[in-house]
Amino acid sequence: MKAAAFDYLRPASLGEALALLATHKDDCKILAGGQSLVPAMNFRLARPAILIDINDLDELDHLRADAGQLKIGALTRHAAFHRPVVEGPLGTLLAKVVRHIAHYPIRQRGTFAGSLSHADPASEWCLVATTLRAEMVAKSARGERVIAASDFFHGTFTTALEPDEILAEIRLPIMTPDWRVGFYEFSRRAGDFALGMAVAAAKVEDGTIREARLGVGGVGDRAIRLGALEDQLVGTPASSDVIDSIDRIAREARGMIEPSGDIHASPEYRRDLIAASVKRALTEALA
Amino acid sequence: MSFVGRSLRRIEDRPLLMGQGAFAADCNWPGQLHMRVVRSPVAFGRILGVETEEATALEGVVAIWTIAELDDLPPIDFRQMGLERLAPYRQFVLARDYVRYVGEPVAVVVAVDPYIAEDAADLVFCDIEELEPQLDATAEPVAFMPDVHPGLMSEPAVIRRGYGDLDAAFACARRVVELEVKIGRHTGVPMETRGGLCVYDTEKDTLRLYGAAKVPHYNRDAISRMLGLAPGRLELSEGHVGGGFGIRGELYPEDVLVCAAALRLKRPVKWIEDRREHLLAANHSRDQVYRLKAAVDSRGFILGLKADFFTDQGAYVRTHGTTVTDLSAGLLPGPYVIPAYDVAGHIRLTNKTPAGTYRAPGRYESTFARERLIDAIAIELGLSPVEVRRVNLIGEAAMPFDRGFETLGTRVVYDSGKYADLLERVLAHLDYDRLQQQLTERRSRGELVGLGLGYFVEKSGLGPQDLVRMRLDMRGDIEIVTGVASVGQGVETALAQICAETLQVPIERIRVIHGQTDRIEIGFGAFASRVTVMAGSAVKIAAEALRATALEVAARLLQTTPQALRLSNGMIETVNGSASLPLGDVAAHLEETGGLTGEGRFASSHMTYPYGIHAAQVRVDPATCAVTIERYVVAYDVGRAVNPMLIEGQIVGGVAQGVGGAFLEEFVYDENGQPLAASFADYLMPTCHEVPEVEVLLREDAPSPLNPLGVKGAGEGGINAAGAALAGAIDAAIQKPGAVAQLPITPGRLHAILRGGR
Ligand SMILES: Cc1cc2nc3c(=O)[nH]c(=O)nc-3n(C[C@H](O)[C@H](O)[C@H](O)COP(=O)(O)OP(=O)(O)OC[C@H]3O[C@@H](n4cnc5c(N)ncnc54)[C@H](O)[C@@H]3O)c2cc1C
Repeated sequence: MKAAAFDYLRPASLGEALALLATHKDDCKILAGGQSLVPAMNFRLARPAILIDINDLDELDHLRADAGQLKIGALTRHAAFHRPVVEGPLGTLLAKVVRHIAHYPIRQRGTFAGSLSHADPASEWCLVATTLRAEMVAKSARGERVIAASDFFHGTFTTALEPDEILAEIRLPIMTPDWRVGFYEFSRRAGDFALGMAVAAAKVEDGTIREARLGVGGVGDRAIRLGALEDQLVGTPASSDVIDSIDRIAREARGMIEPSGDIHASPEYRRDLIAASVKRALTEALA
Repeated sequence: MSFVGRSLRRIEDRPLLMGQGAFAADCNWPGQLHMRVVRSPVAFGRILGVETEEATALEGVVAIWTIAELDDLPPIDFRQMGLERLAPYRQFVLARDYVRYVGEPVAVVVAVDPYIAEDAADLVFCDIEELEPQLDATAEPVAFMPDVHPGLMSEPAVIRRGYGDLDAAFACARRVVELEVKIGRHTGVPMETRGGLCVYDTEKDTLRLYGAAKVPHYNRDAISRMLGLAPGRLELSEGHVGGGFGIRGELYPEDVLVCAAALRLKRPVKWIEDRREHLLAANHSRDQVYRLKAAVDSRGFILGLKADFFTDQGAYVRTHGTTVTDLSAGLLPGPYVIPAYDVAGHIRLTNKTPAGTYRAPGRYESTFARERLIDAIAIELGLSPVEVRRVNLIGEAAMPFDRGFETLGTRVVYDSGKYADLLERVLAHLDYDRLQQQLTERRSRGELVGLGLGYFVEKSGLGPQDLVRMRLDMRGDIEIVTGVASVGQGVETALAQICAETLQVPIERIRVIHGQTDRIEIGFGAFASRVTVMAGSAVKIAAEALRATALEVAARLLQTTPQALRLSNGMIETVNGSASLPLGDVAAHLEETGGLTGEGRFASSHMTYPYGIHAAQVRVDPATCAVTIERYVVAYDVGRAVNPMLIEGQIVGGVAQGVGGAFLEEFVYDENGQPLAASFADYLMPTCHEVPEVEVLLREDAPSPLNPLGVKGAGEGGINAAGAALAGAIDAAIQKPGAVAQLPITPGRLHAILRGGR
């Protein structure tokens, strides 16, 4: 469990980093928090010839609300979200979700952007980004492009990022106070990757759901937005009979996923778990 | 002042808390080389060749050896419970002709640094013709190594025990209760992986192995035999050890290889296992299937028990020989009378990592099987599980209770016990009837909550003997030298307390030397909850000898009689207080004639049998299949508690591991014999979140008559009945009697039970 030999580069500016990426492309890997990459290297599952450490790049170290969006720079650690980073439902939701990511020491180093770039199907931030329709800002020596969450995740450990690109910033829409949010996750132990999880959010005006977000993770090769169920929620009164719709939606969610089995959970179990997670996330948001 | 029986703080903690521990990986030597083992990537196959050229060419590689270069090394022998017919199933230090499990050492690389060693190991190519692996211990036995040992099958031995008239029992049974249960494959996982540093002394032409654990004397002799070293050419030295649990410190191929490398290269060689290797290469354990058939009368009294079980021994028979299977057969009857019994324990080889003992070997498993059976009897007869246990318990008047056969080569005689009394105490502690009422009420409100019990008999204090030498110096400091080992369990403190009790010196002035083969000629190590019983008794005898000498000399010096003297706080004083003398002065007086010393030897041919009960209360979330432990109680009678705090620590730690085995830990293999749980991402250890608060009822109701302290071992009771109690609790919570028949109880398995309507 000792990494294979590699060269280590620590650029001092984003420009320098992008130049290095342009030169080395597939031979190099970006090192952010190292919480996924370094274990993979120690197992020799990853053998990058060159590591480009981005931890000195001040240009990537920001977290701010701007023009209705929360802008999360690439060096923002998980731990930054322990307390709400913006007022209102979004900050509350992120603070709730972050508690489920790994363990305290890992959250001090691991980054939001690293999670998205790594694209583990059971990553909480990938679920949040997918469900809340985040935008990803990718930079390279060639320029900058903005990628919608729906286009960003391609499958287990694969994304739309090109080898010379860095995920510089993630933008999450800030929710107004009339949004209600819920999250539920089940894992075998505290801090483990989720066996199943769900994020729910609903914008409620005059007792009626006007907009909805619903997504599940931990099943399949990426987080899944349940758009059809979001549509069903819209127009539903957020009153006591919402419970019935929640039950119905949870049952439907069960049928909308095709989970695979592994040593920790069978497909049948995962399906039931997703139904339970959807129900609990929605209940938290609405009931 | 009394020292025994008090929760004194551990004297060994200072260096640990100061970060000055000297664990195997902390040992370094100038100019040391690093060893890396090349391991089989396949579960079963014939070795066609091992290509090492490319690896050898790597700069910094000093040597690469396969079995061809180490052909003179015999297989690793049994430390205990060996049988003649097991001999062909022993493991060589490197694979010979066949590989039999993923992770089996095939070649060894020695290089100037551990990175190069690992790079080189990656370049070694094992050309193996893959064969169909055997992965089910209950399946028909297959050939062990078809070409090399034609006709040798994968069932090396069947362990049989029995007594009484089983046919008569079944003939007059009111009901026959049958059961099949399975315990998963898991093992002890110490904080510290295995490792060692072997240093060659050019001047003396000797070797010294640092990083020893558990049984240094035995391993010294075994390695010396294998390498053909004359006595005195190899010494083993134990530093700090980060947990043993039965698996650490047994003799493994790597221990021999690191010594062989140092000897051949005449340079210091270090080997530190990584965690993946540990999960593939260190002993696995458990993994048994039990088929039980009980003849019972109308009260649930077991008239006769017929048991067949299978131990998945993995690829080879290692140092423990038949130990686990033997103990399973021997202790399956537990605390119950069972007038007729017949058991066949099948040791079966498969293409998995070889297995050995893990804390409460054979008991975690057999207690699960037996207590599930008791619960099943209660269900069949419509009785309460408590009542069925009551009618079956061995009565106090029957003690000592001779089971009528042997285990570990000693006759199974329960030395003392008040089994019924302990059960009533636990029920009272739980306020059992009220608690059951509350649980029923909660269930009627839709909650899935329930309580489960597991009763068990442990065994401890395995002989044959232990020797202790003690010296008190001129400053009044005491050094105790013993041949036992410390795996971190508090040996120093416990032995110091026993010494202090007799000599009345503060325990801070006592130093305990253990695990150093050059300091004492014999030693039997730390396993089978034996240290406090065996070495503790030897310490008491040595301290008494030293005390007698001290009093005699002091009496002369103070012109009185020994009877008129007493010991207090490191001083000898006259009973009337008129004169006193520091113990150190007595030592000074004896300096020229060998000093103030004492020697104690304690031998025993019988084990002591502590006993206890686990009670677990759980809540099941039917939507997620999560199980929450709401309450956990362990009652344990250890005869006499030398240090209650240490024992509680042992019990709580044992529960943690028991919970792991009951819910989380499992070595799963795919159909090709590839291990799927080879890192901590998949082999799930319980963390502080999963381990409940444990209420410990530590009892001293039935001291052992077999040793001068009355003690019984305390190391294994905390884990013993965890699977049994938790399974019973889940059955009760989901109101499906007998539903849990397999450990670990994973969410997936619980889901199948809940949905499958079993
Ligand atoms: C024990 C343990 C438990 C964990 N549990 C969880 C969990 O429950 N949930 C969870 O979501 N995660 C979990 N993780 C993973 C953790 O959250 C990681 O921190 C995260 O996945 C990756 O972030 P990082 O900054 O550490 O990235 P790194 O490990 O540095 O990099 C990961 C990958 O992303 C690439 N990368 C990183 N940053 C960028 C960037 N800005 N642009 C382009 N590529 C980039 C790297 O090249 C690499 O391929 C766990 C990790 C451990 C060790």
